[in-house]
Amino acid sequence: MQDLLALSAVEARAALDAKDISSVELTSAYIQAAEDTASLNSYVLLTADKALDMASDADKRMAAGNGGVLEGLPIGVKDMFCTKGVASTACSKILDGFTPVYESTVTANMWAQGGVMLGKLNCDEFAMGSANETSFAGPVINPWDAGDGVDLVPGGSSGGSASSVAARSALLSVGTDTGGSIRQPASFCGIVGLKPTYGRCSRWGIVAFASSLDQAGPFSRDVADNALLLSAMASHDAKDSTSAATPLQDVVAAVNAGVKGMKIGIPREYRMDGMDSDVEKLWQQGQEWLKDAGAELVDISLPHTKYALPAYYIIAPAEASSNLARYDGVRYGNRIEADSLDEMYGLTRAEGFGDEVQRRIMIGTYVLSAGYYDAYYLKAQRVRRLIKNDFDEAFTTVDAILTPATPSAAFPVGRKVDDPVINYLNDVFTVPANLAGLPGMSVPAGFNQAGLPLGLQVLAKPFDEASIYKVGKVIEDSAAISSMPQRMAGGA
Amino acid sequence: MSVDKSTVAKIARLARIHVDEARQEAIADELNGILAWIAELDEVNTDNVEPLASVTGHSLPMREDVVTDGGYVDDVLANAPESASGFFVVPKVVE
Repeated sequence: MQDLLALSAVEARAALDAKDISSVELTSAYIQAAEDTASLNSYVLLTADKALDMASDADKRMAAGNGGVLEGLPIGVKDMFCTKGVASTACSKILDGFTPVYESTVTANMWAQGGVMLGKLNCDEFAMGSANETSFAGPVINPWDAGDGVDLVPGGSSGGSASSVAARSALLSVGTDTGGSIRQPASFCGIVGLKPTYGRCSRWGIVAFASSLDQAGPFSRDVADNALLLSAMASHDAKDSTSAATPLQDVVAAVNAGVKGMKIGIPREYRMDGMDSDVEKLWQQGQEWLKDAGAELVDISLPHTKYALPAYYIIAPAEASSNLARYDGVRYGNRIEADSLDEMYGLTRAEGFGDEVQRRIMIGTYVLSAGYYDAYYLKAQRVRRLIKNDFDEAFTTVDAILTPATPSAAFPVGRKVDDPVINYLNDVFTVPANLAGLPGMSVPAGFNQAGLPLGLQVLAKPFDEASIYKVGKVIEDSAAISSMPQRMAGGA
Repeated sequence: MSVDKSTVAKIARLARIHVDEARQEAIADELNGILAWIAELDEVNTDNVEPLASVTGHSLPMREDVVTDGGYVDDVLANAPESASGFFVVPKVVE
């Protein structure tokens, strides 16, 4: 069993083709792994029977010589994706028991390529959080710890997507990223997570948080697996009017293309006061690696970087307050009965939404309300343009940008934070890419002094995921990480 | 611009989230903390900068205004807390 879990997706796909293993064997091993690591709370729903059915179908298709890109590979799905006939709750009480009658485009694409669904993965409620602690299903535990027995967060909001892949209870997983919700947990859990260009993957059938920022993306143990999964997820979709018609590059081939001659921007504004010294050292190290591999480092300036986070915390809550208006206890989800319709709305939403979601709806409602719209919302949208202009300017001289992924490594579950703004600062390095619509990836690059994983972030021009994979692969090869998380399926 | 208890009550009403009066003060403090941090944006000169609502750079695609899909009453109602005769049921709104 240990051997099956050790295979990467690319290796497993080859072994399936060679008939060395079957999808039913592989899927069974992952179901067992998910059960063995249940204490991490990565899954909110393990769909074992469905997974075995899908695996058996995959085996039949492969026997007939009709295998797709993901044929037979077991994949976990963040609970933000609607999956037909399988409860999809965004880890919110207000959607407890909601069972979609349709399938999101991204997951439908994966199943059309032969992917096998293992189950639904835990996340922050409506993807609002950076530690997976706002989930109605309870916190997720990071499979890594500092050896002191203290449970650490996996990051968020796609905490279950990251922890499951790191703990080998999923071979691959998908998540969503609105302000860093793929890249930050990937960094905390020592795996690869990509937020594609805005428009690369269809948003249809994904629970909406902030529609101008939301983007689905792949999690994997290594860079090559990540490119494989993206190639199956991405599509132009008439059902999402912001979905892009630009074809995806050959990202699978790009993985091993190297960085010789590439210009890599190092933004000086990301060198922040009081920056964690382990993070700073790793960033330096990453620059050395790329230089050694033949890339040219270029000092660049992104002058509006420090304003990205406050602008985000106007724009994202504003869009969320509008998107989440649909949870009214009428068409789906939980309802609290009351005598009047207004009372029913108020009680249903007070009871159904957790504290962080309510906080963001309130902020969003306020910044959009009469008298404040110009001062907050339009102001933030103007700053957003300046941030995008900074990147546009930088990309006239560089092919990719290298930054830290997170300001620190994973922190303990349940740490007391009185000021919500402290939690928001987790996304300081990731939010700018969402505002500008750029693709970005966190790739594992090393560890802090306590032995916890840290990632580096690679950004590129819109629709140039190929450059990200080239750079990411060089970092992965240079880092040559061999340590494994303590709480891993099949481990000690 | 600072938020007080009555503003919290007004926002809560607009957002259709019931907030007990006892919690209004604490929520006002929280929102003020966030808004004070957001006020950092005032430093940025945004004169003559167009607001950016979408990064796609393309206008939304147009199509014929025709029915392309539909006819799934049962599916639409499948998750309703209460439905009857092909409709969603809500508390009485007309006296």
